[in-house]
Amino acid sequence: MQKLVLLGDEAIAQGAIDGGLSGIYAYPGTPSTEITEYVLNSKQARELNIHSEWTANEKTAMEAALGMSYAGKRSMTCMKHVGLNVAADPFMNSAMTGVNGGMLIVAADDPSMHSSQNEQDSRVYGNFALLPVLEPANQQECYDMAYEGLRLSEQFGIPVLIRLTTRLAHSRAVVCRRELIHQRSLSLPQSQNQFILLPAYARNRYKKLLALQPEMTKHAESSKYNEYIDGLDKSLGIVACGIAYNYLLENFENLQCPYPIVKIGQYPLPDELLTRLAQACSTLLVLEDGYPVVEDKLKGYYPQTIIVKGRLDGTLPRDGELNPDVVAVALGNQVRPGIKKPDLVANRPPELCSGCGHRDMFDALNEAMAEFIGNRAFSDIGCYTLGALAPYNSICSCVDMGASITMAKGAADAGLSPSVAVIGDSTFTHSGLTGLLDCVNSQSPVTIIISDNETTGMTGGQDSAAFQKLESMCAGIGVEPEHLHVVIPLKKNHEEMVSLFKQEFAYQGVSVIIARRECIQTLSRRKKAGKAE
Amino acid sequence: MKTDIILAGVGGQGILSIAAIIGVAAMDSNLQVKQAEVHGMSQRGGAVQSHMRISDSTIASDLIPLGKADLILSVEPMESLRYLPWLGPEGWLVTNSVPFVNIPDYPALDSIHDEIRHLPRHILIDADAMARDLKSARSSNIIMLGAASPFLNIPYQCLENGIKKIFGKKGEKVVESNISALAAGRQFAEQNK
Ligand SMILES: Cc1ncc(C[n+]2csc(CCOP(=O)(O)OP(=O)(O)O)c2C)c(N)n1
Repeated sequence: MQKLVLLGDEAIAQGAIDGGLSGIYAYPGTPSTEITEYVLNSKQARELNIHSEWTANEKTAMEAALGMSYAGKRSMTCMKHVGLNVAADPFMNSAMTGVNGGMLIVAADDPSMHSSQNEQDSRVYGNFALLPVLEPANQQECYDMAYEGLRLSEQFGIPVLIRLTTRLAHSRAVVCRRELIHQRSLSLPQSQNQFILLPAYARNRYKKLLALQPEMTKHAESSKYNEYIDGLDKSLGIVACGIAYNYLLENFENLQCPYPIVKIGQYPLPDELLTRLAQACSTLLVLEDGYPVVEDKLKGYYPQTIIVKGRLDGTLPRDGELNPDVVAVALGNQVRPGIKKPDLVANRPPELCSGCGHRDMFDALNEAMAEFIGNRAFSDIGCYTLGALAPYNSICSCVDMGASITMAKGAADAGLSPSVAVIGDSTFTHSGLTGLLDCVNSQSPVTIIISDNETTGMTGGQDSAAFQKLESMCAGIGVEPEHLHVVIPLKKNHEEMVSLFKQEFAYQGVSVIIARRECIQTLSRRKKAGKAE
Repeated sequence: MKTDIILAGVGGQGILSIAAIIGVAAMDSNLQVKQAEVHGMSQRGGAVQSHMRISDSTIASDLIPLGKADLILSVEPMESLRYLPWLGPEGWLVTNSVPFVNIPDYPALDSIHDEIRHLPRHILIDADAMARDLKSARSSNIIMLGAASPFLNIPYQCLENGIKKIFGKKGEKVVESNISALAAGRQFAEQNK
């Protein structure tokens, strides 16, 4: 079969396409973005008429995927780990309804927080929802797990969660493709009540889900992704989850590990394989990227004579992503770093592009806020979060998508004045609309600046659901026309922006100021594409 | 045979396009490749690196262990120094000498160049000037690839083919100027290593 060089993310996308996918819905988020981007750009996907789309947020994406599954076709939804918080409601309840067509949920975790607010571990969610979780160790497994995951979902009649981490999502290697599986045709579920979670029906569905658990464990026990690999040296038994397996092997000559290993790639955990390891070795070392999920489970599960080592007892760092070096230390191997980084090497944090409209907005905001010493704007997640750093230091918060508006409301209710929010256009439609409605309904004295670059900039310039809709949405929610403004964030408009900001700070109700200028990255790409034509 | 490479630069400088050519060339030579990239936040003008591993046998980790890299290939001099803890005892550091200054506390360029010159195995090359001499200002990254080519353990011909594959769509002229850039970088490294 054909071989391709793919990112882990792209391998998941190709695996799902070849596995008979009919639709993918997602909201972008590092490190998951490239999955949906791959399908959107795939000629094959277009020819197969696969529906692919960026949605307003992760919740709407997951619900649309569930709807496609209801209609009998195979669907997928992809998100970064914190996106699963937003989609947690449909996620937990999709385990209760189950599926009709196979449904894959991909959550890309970001241990070490390369581009995220936290390093939560999506395996915990899988466990919480009582769903099977697949965790690939390499790009080929990314492909295979997506390809097979759709059918696993159909076999159990529930969604399947694929969990991967940044390192694999964004690393390339050769992937071997498999035969294309036909898409399913439209067909409604056999039971009329399956998707109606009225208490009486839901109780039945829950019993079904519980009854599936032993079957899921049995499946995991014989899954090719869970493997007992024997070793002669029984002084240590190793449990290696997902990508941690690679870091383990990296530490041995010819990749030959002398200790017995249980390699984990499918959850719920395979009890028998792990018990066999615990019977052979009295000390276990658990290697897993993210939270000590497996370690926590094994601790106390076996008799006290079995020692379980990992992140909880300090054998490995409690936080941050794994790498070959921390695993070396855990194995008692020497790490020999090269030359120390010279002291003169300065930090180089990310920054707003030169020419970016957010810069001009922050310049004006800083001047308008200057008289309110110590008061900074609540903000949100996007390129404009870089307004937290020098030279701007303009914002006081970045918590979760949409929180700028609602936190500004709460602070205004507490008496803070002015209470200002800075939010991006895509973040606004993701989770800002409902907060604005709260503000309007209670006439909160807040000034909301929507810094509109007409794209989802931070994640690489995906289409923004807010495009050309912001004024009408704000007006529709009830922002008064006299307090709904549009400005162009350019140096020449600096004075105009400063006085407008000051004027609206003084207003004791809801104001929205849209600072709109196209992202210079998408602008230059558009110009290049125009030239090429 | 294995070659572990750290590619370094600043977000937006295009280290991934260098990686793409090495990747194609390595596959062409029937070698295995793993390449860990940085996407997301730091691509906005922050420090970026890519771990690229090439081998004739199975590659386990996507990340290179500390002290094991055979080559640091950097398109920016201060960034080349950031990854010295990964460089192995026999490893080479190949870097463009031209700084990318987007921070207020960028150190004195002379002291950066001094640090590099103190390394036993280094190639310090003004790829921007060389690109201007070649009248293709945008080929400095390919000059850097040429300067690193003696240390890649990939036949030079395969790198040329890689350039043809990657730039083919942009036309004959672009391919030719990049092949000249590759050769110029190579020649500089051969004379200065
Ligand atoms: C729940 C959630 N989903 C996705 C993300 C990833 N993410 C962070 S910023 C961003 C884009 C924001 O776009 P916009 O608000 O338009 O601001 P811009 O980056 O364009 O300035 C995304 C998708 C996240 N952090 N949290």
